[in-house]
Amino acid sequence: MILNEEGAQVQKKSMESYLAPLVRDIAPSGIRKFFDLVSANKDIITLGVGEPDFVTPWHVREACVYSLERGRTGYTSNAGTPELREAIGQYLYDSFNVAYEPSNQILVTVGGSEAIDLALRALIVPGDEILIPEPCYISYSPITTIGGGIPIGIETNAENGFKLTAEGLEAKITPKSKILMLCYPSNPTGAIMTYEDWLPIAKVIEKHDLIVISDEIYAELTYSDSKHVSFSSIPGMKERTLLVSGFSKAFAMTGWRMGYVCAHEDFIAAMLKIHQYTVMCAPVMGQVAALEALTNGLREKDRMVESYNQRRRLIVQGFRDIGLDCHEPQGAFYAFPSIQETGLSSDEFAQRLLVEAKVAAVPGNVFGLGGEGFLRCSYATSVAQLSEALERIGGFVDHLKKG
Amino acid sequence: MKELNDLKLKVLDLLKEDARRTPILMATMIGATEAEIVTAINELESDHVIVKYAAVVNWSKVEDEKVTALIEVQITPERGRGFEGIAERIYLYPQVKSVYLMSGAYDLLVEVEGHDLREVANFVSEKLSTIDSVLSTKTNFILKKYKQAGIIYEDQEVEPRLMISP
Repeated sequence: MILNEEGAQVQKKSMESYLAPLVRDIAPSGIRKFFDLVSANKDIITLGVGEPDFVTPWHVREACVYSLERGRTGYTSNAGTPELREAIGQYLYDSFNVAYEPSNQILVTVGGSEAIDLALRALIVPGDEILIPEPCYISYSPITTIGGGIPIGIETNAENGFKLTAEGLEAKITPKSKILMLCYPSNPTGAIMTYEDWLPIAKVIEKHDLIVISDEIYAELTYSDSKHVSFSSIPGMKERTLLVSGFSKAFAMTGWRMGYVCAHEDFIAAMLKIHQYTVMCAPVMGQVAALEALTNGLREKDRMVESYNQRRRLIVQGFRDIGLDCHEPQGAFYAFPSIQETGLSSDEFAQRLLVEAKVAAVPGNVFGLGGEGFLRCSYATSVAQLSEALERIGGFVDHLKKG
Repeated sequence: MKELNDLKLKVLDLLKEDARRTPILMATMIGATEAEIVTAINELESDHVIVKYAAVVNWSKVEDEKVTALIEVQITPERGRGFEGIAERIYLYPQVKSVYLMSGAYDLLVEVEGHDLREVANFVSEKLSTIDSVLSTKTNFILKKYKQAGIIYEDQEVEPRLMISP
């Protein structure tokens, strides 16, 4: 009971009323909602997991264990250990032909997610518009809002292979537009962008003086000779690009939370300020493991990529055999089949698939514009599980058609 | 030694993981036709690159558990044939599961399987040690198998993944 100065009883404020409106008003993630539904069901085969099904390679884990045994448990420099930054710089140059100076253009972060948050917080002035091609990773829009920006979705579609086009981008640009957020290879569609795809985009960026945050966390996971083209490698774009990546996907290190961001030294210096006052530095054990992954883990990485490629072919062919339209993903580890011809919405389809066929996949609408009518299916799972899931989905779709 | 093409190497990798994979499944995974896979397998078999398809059995799970010994054998090589003739005499015994020519302190490593200790001991004393060229044997019984042919026997505790994640 709360009394006012006169001793009269007053209504207690709800705890929610103390929350910052900016945060309070953010809707819970559609994935979270679906997660609760999946947890309530048993004997599920899940294609809903956005992480490798491999355990971090043993030599990487062992390097961390050995380092702990030697008592390496302290802070590192805010930007990350010099050895790791050096290795990241060399790796990016060797793999994607982009050159960054380890001493002041590379910042090691707690996962790619922190890097994106830092980039947005360092750049956004309240009211700035952040352009986000969709369907996309679910965090971009809310994290923009938390940073005080306004997310503006740019719809991409299956007919165009879910690629961003210069026309699509330009149509959404206003005087308030400041940042273009990219994620190719794409979660959830598996789309990639070629050098030729990037060139007209780069012209629009230059014309409208935009900054680009390029989330390239799936860069290593490309197939069918479609090598990843970093946006930073496009002529004239390096200065305007904050390249975000990490170790989670390619090196099967999701739980380590190791990421990094590479950019112009002024941008890095600004992000470093936020980073040092919030997390101080990425965990030293993660940095040790990440260095080992970059130094001795490339063969393991290639082995995992080959395995994803095999499963990618299996799932795409599987959906086509079932009679569901499925564009061919060229990157990441997701298939994004269309379920439009069943007449069900993404939500309905996913929920019924879960209950009736015991297969979990994520409804496409949670990924924003253009996602409705699709289903995100991760093929980072065993061949046996994939085959069983495809059989169950086939049975479910047959039942729908007859029903 | 033959140099295998990329397709055959991929087929071998997939079969090594699981020999029961069908040609149509492998064709989809590799991005080849079923006919190409069948041809590749046939050639691998006729060239004796694929020698046999066999199950890796964890006998400790079965009541009728077997006894396995690794026997280090020192021998005097034969003029003109070296170790080949003696190796052949040894590997022809059905209870011998594998024979390797080794560098180091002994010459042959012989894996012998029997129903009990006595059976293995009898084989060593009556068959192996009595071969003229055999100078000495040292029998090591396997007490427990942790890993064989790249497969870990113990059920590994796997941290459960989230069912759904971004």
